[in-house]
Amino acid sequence: MRVGQILKLYPYAEDFFSVLPVTPNPKVTVTEFLLGIEDEVLQDLGQGTEDLIKRFNEFMRQMEQVKKVVDPIRSITIIGGQDKCGNAEDVCLTIRAGEIICIVGPTGSGKSRLLADIEWLAQRDTPTGRNILVNDRIPDAEWRYSTQHKLVAQLSQNMNFVMDLTVSEFLQMHAESRMVQDIDTVISNVINHANRFAGEQFSTDTPVTSLSGGQSRALMIADTAYLSASPVVLIDEIENAGIDRQSALKLLVDKQKIVLMATHDPILALMGNRRLVINNGKISKILTTTDSERRNLTILEKLDQQLTNVRNALRYGESIDRLPETLIGLWGEKVI
Amino acid sequence: MQLVTVAGPPSAGKTSVLLRIAETLQKQDKLHLGVIKFDCLSTRDQELYQNKGILTRVGLSGNLCPDHFFISNVEDCLAWGINRELDMLITESAGLCNRCSPHIRGALAVCIIDNLSGIHTPQKIGPMLKFADVVIITKSDIVSQAEREVFAFKVRQANTGAVITHVNGITGQGALEASRLFREAATFDSLQGCSLRFTMPAATCSYCLGQTRIGVDFQMGNVKKMDLT
Repeated sequence: MRVGQILKLYPYAEDFFSVLPVTPNPKVTVTEFLLGIEDEVLQDLGQGTEDLIKRFNEFMRQMEQVKKVVDPIRSITIIGGQDKCGNAEDVCLTIRAGEIICIVGPTGSGKSRLLADIEWLAQRDTPTGRNILVNDRIPDAEWRYSTQHKLVAQLSQNMNFVMDLTVSEFLQMHAESRMVQDIDTVISNVINHANRFAGEQFSTDTPVTSLSGGQSRALMIADTAYLSASPVVLIDEIENAGIDRQSALKLLVDKQKIVLMATHDPILALMGNRRLVINNGKISKILTTTDSERRNLTILEKLDQQLTNVRNALRYGESIDRLPETLIGLWGEKVI
Repeated sequence: MQLVTVAGPPSAGKTSVLLRIAETLQKQDKLHLGVIKFDCLSTRDQELYQNKGILTRVGLSGNLCPDHFFISNVEDCLAWGINRELDMLITESAGLCNRCSPHIRGALAVCIIDNLSGIHTPQKIGPMLKFADVVIITKSDIVSQAEREVFAFKVRQANTGAVITHVNGITGQGALEASRLFREAATFDSLQGCSLRFTMPAATCSYCLGQTRIGVDFQMGNVKKMDLT
């Protein structure tokens, strides 16, 4: 096929040609073009002609793979192994798409190992001896190293944007790498949602590196919901940087993600359907969020909102002489 | 003895990742490991490896092209490792000019690069990345999910055949998984008859031989001129 035709049918082929120091004539075929590259240029490139042809074919094949839609993931099952002392972990837990599961436990208890077992699709070959099933079946071994179909996306408090791009350029790039159709709609969806979560608005031409903590987190969540191919989202705390965490989690659930959240913030933890308690390397308890816990969540949220209002008052230069009645009611008599 | 050649740009986290992978290979697979650390002027990584009970030797290339230095010594390194009855020898070298080509046909070739190096970096790196069997991406814990995905995609574009995996050199996350790939490395008795996967960067001009003066009169040998038109 001629270079021009290929570029028209498969625009991403541009990425292959753009790294070469010579620009192809659209009227010649790809093989003619690659055969015509001078030896000296090839030496500089560090590649041979035959190798380039092979690479081109492999490149196109891989890019086609990215576009391929895989079977949606409906559930993940964790079958227990043993704890750090070798005691059995008596667990068989199935998590379904659209569910939020919280993971609690002290530092060093094995939260990260559990998340790593899921990411690695452990088959009794990690220190915990756990088994992970996907859609009730043992997953294909090749999944482990697949970049296109990576099972797990991660969000943590330590993550920052490092690319020197504006919000829209950044999303454009991510969308292109995922080869999504109708890029513009997806981008505007992501930005609208992120802005709704963040409270403080940002525009499409803000550089991603100058977003505030809350704005960054909001954009990361919206971007993961719409643009990440990974069906499982691991969240390591979401700081309360003035973002609407409930709506943010709801978007992930709406997009049928399986959300696993390591958190010790009661407001986040009680938003989950279930809580896994990790102790000494194993899941020692599975708690289902009870009705009274949900009622308490409403109270905690109100309290949190009041604290947020105090923070906002501070932000906008108001005095904090007076606190809301309910906040004083808790402590007032004793403190004053 | 198994042989693994590891290369990557400076400060990508090669040593940290290798220490983590070595840990699992020692603990889980009970392997006796050796590392040859190639560097330019100086390195203190020897201590880090030795503290973990890994037999280590350092090769400093000084004013020579580190790549050429590496390949002229690798056979002796292999013999040294076999002599010491190692199960696996890992060579670690820094790809200082991006045109480095340290990978040997048949030996497991690993390239380590980091997410912070910028999304255009995978395209800029030559044979060191393009001819690797395994690409390990580091510093994934501090960039966003989207950037991680885009970076991995760019690596995939640069090397369509390699296995791409993430390792956190600080916490060791992913090291166990990557160590499974190291276990697959081929064994060698000698490197006789073996060849590089691609030619190394060329040199041999008057400056290679110590010339310091600037000007056409002093340029001899393999000299190349820029096109500034």
